Amino acid sequence: MAQISLKGVGHTYAGKGQGGAWALNPLDLVWEDGRTYALLGPSGCGKTTMLNIISGLVRPSQGRVLFDDRDVTDIATAKRNIAQVFQFPVIYGSMTVYDNLAFPLVCRKWPRERIMQKVSEVADVLDLGRELRLPARALTAAEKQLISLGRGLVREDVTALLMDEPLTVIDPQFKFLLRRKLREIIERFNLTVVYVTHDQNEAMTFADEVVVMNEGRVIQRGSPEELFEKPRTTYVGYFIGSPAMNLFTATTNGPALLFGGSRLVSAYDIATLPPGKVQVGVRPEYLELVSGPGENTLAASVTGTLDQGGVRVVALSVAGQPARLSIPRDRNVPSGDVLVRLPADKIRVYVEGELAPARA
Amino acid sequence: MALIAEHLALEVDRVPYLDDVSFTLERGRLHTLIGRTLAGKTTLLRTIAGLQGIDRGTLDLDGRSFLNRPIWERDVAMVYEQFINYPHLSVIDNVAFPLRRRGLSKDVARERARAVLDRVSLSGFDARRPSQLSGGQQQRVALARALARNADVLLLDEPLANLDYKLREQMREELRGLFSDQGGSIVLYTTTEPNEAMTLGDVVLVMHEGRLVQMGPPDEVFDRPATAAVAGIVNDPAMNIVDGAIEDGVIRLDAAWSLPLAPHMRGLALGPFRFGMRAIELELGDSDDVVGTVTFSEVSGSETFIHVDTGFGPLVIQIKGVHAFPLGATVPVAIDQDKLFVFGPDDRLVAAP
Repeated sequence: MAQISLKGVGHTYAGKGQGGAWALNPLDLVWEDGRTYALLGPSGCGKTTMLNIISGLVRPSQGRVLFDDRDVTDIATAKRNIAQVFQFPVIYGSMTVYDNLAFPLVCRKWPRERIMQKVSEVADVLDLGRELRLPARALTAAEKQLISLGRGLVREDVTALLMDEPLTVIDPQFKFLLRRKLREIIERFNLTVVYVTHDQNEAMTFADEVVVMNEGRVIQRGSPEELFEKPRTTYVGYFIGSPAMNLFTATTNGPALLFGGSRLVSAYDIATLPPGKVQVGVRPEYLELVSGPGENTLAASVTGTLDQGGVRVVALSVAGQPARLSIPRDRNVPSGDVLVRLPADKIRVYVEGELAPARA
Repeated sequence: MALIAEHLALEVDRVPYLDDVSFTLERGRLHTLIGRTLAGKTTLLRTIAGLQGIDRGTLDLDGRSFLNRPIWERDVAMVYEQFINYPHLSVIDNVAFPLRRRGLSKDVARERARAVLDRVSLSGFDARRPSQLSGGQQQRVALARALARNADVLLLDEPLANLDYKLREQMREELRGLFSDQGGSIVLYTTTEPNEAMTLGDVVLVMHEGRLVQMGPPDEVFDRPATAAVAGIVNDPAMNIVDGAIEDGVIRLDAAWSLPLAPHMRGLALGPFRFGMRAIELELGDSDDVVGTVTFSEVSGSETFIHVDTGFGPLVIQIKGVHAFPLGATVPVAIDQDKLFVFGPDDRLVAAP
């Protein structure tokens, strides 16, 4: 495994200097050895371009790609020792599972004994030990994806595992099992993984760190917890979490943060922010229904309820602005006029869509 | 005025696709049909639409047999999981098409189509082709076409399954309002997602292995699941079901672990039972509690599902927010006996909190 660094890497499909838009805006990014990263964003955000630059399928219009200290920018994919799993299983259907897994080692002219040992070791981890003699085409889509992965795992010189939406063709009821299996394998082999997905839950479940992309840029990079607790932009606040983060329009006036006729207490030095309109973000899980007045407590009215089973989502109007609040099923659903509290430590302040720096 | 099914049955290669299914669906109510993949949901919809023949049973609409009517004489609109539209027609003509076929003039059909497109938030897209729309918008076109017909029967087969989760979240809320204007139709909507079934349904039908195992208002199905299987299906994550026994004054989960008997279990005889625990009602406890070893942890929306192994089997715990739990870590699990569901050895509910 290796650390992968992108230095000043940018890409445009139109050709540099021809006025083409950046598919990937120039950036510096380091993928640390042994960590699992999710590259998350909607289609067209540049995530697959980024993956293809790492694997060598795309040569960046500018910048250098380093594996540890080795510059691989001009090195072909085949020589980068990358293991890849794509949306659709790439296997040799007519070969047995064993021969599929052995293929990369046969190509490297390993002795037969050693191949047998390695293949059975990897097959055990993948739970494919009993299927080794079957033709690969006879397996389920999930098992075929495991073979694709296994062909990477048998090699001992793999620098990184790249996965591009590997669960796309897996039936919903097997998705969970394959997800869990992949997670186990990643931990066991201590792989450097870059996992591309447009699915928030998958990214948040898999990764040590999530890299959120939109329109050719990295918007935020952080642990799943950081993304949830401190979204760097209002877009991330919407994109991560369900229901999305509540956003209220508020006003700054000197050191005061004003919303709905109240002065909000928060962890921000409001005086350092530009005066005028800002947005206050609070996650629906953190809004509290309270019975009496107090700090950051505002009058609100209930406009509707969505029964989602284990939780109920209450739609509110807080100082004329819409909000969501989730409450456990065993709590009474409020109606009419209520009081809600915005806990000071859960308030995030955004200036023009960007998270303001909190007090140190 | 209703669609009444009695004893519908279909077997294929000795596998029961529909097993003695009977129900009454009323006009003006939204029925959600929940079940896992292969539970028989799509077979049932296809049977109603006339796309699937069956072995036995009757199906009557407003007192007249529906089964003997050919497809083209059944006034049924259907929306599928895949976004199906006419690729060569504009958005407005996609929606107007069934109205035109019914003999409406071009202007009248388009006017009605425009009104429905407005309801599904697609006004201004009239002239586009389906291929120029996002997936969510394409499904709205299919939905609008079905709604515009005001058909006797409106069938929706997992219409949100192919949308990404942000769009699903938004559409779930919109759909509720959309169907409320569909007073004359019998609406049947299938899904595998509990929160969709709960949010949308006036009445929830639960299917399992070809059988209709429960039907009732969402609260009733959720709070009084008829069987352990239903409890699994209508909760996300599935309700935890653990084998145990009621002994003298205690709930015994394994040799090492017991809980005091809760008031709602007092009438039960001693003996083996199955205990159901909702993931959301389990909590991370303290050192006095059951020890679980983390086998997986996953994030769903704004919740974390922690999968653990315990001495009496696997459990899933749902906690608020996004948190990381390394595989193999141990966590204490607090179980509240007052929140346990109790099922008999035959899986039927015998006590609920």
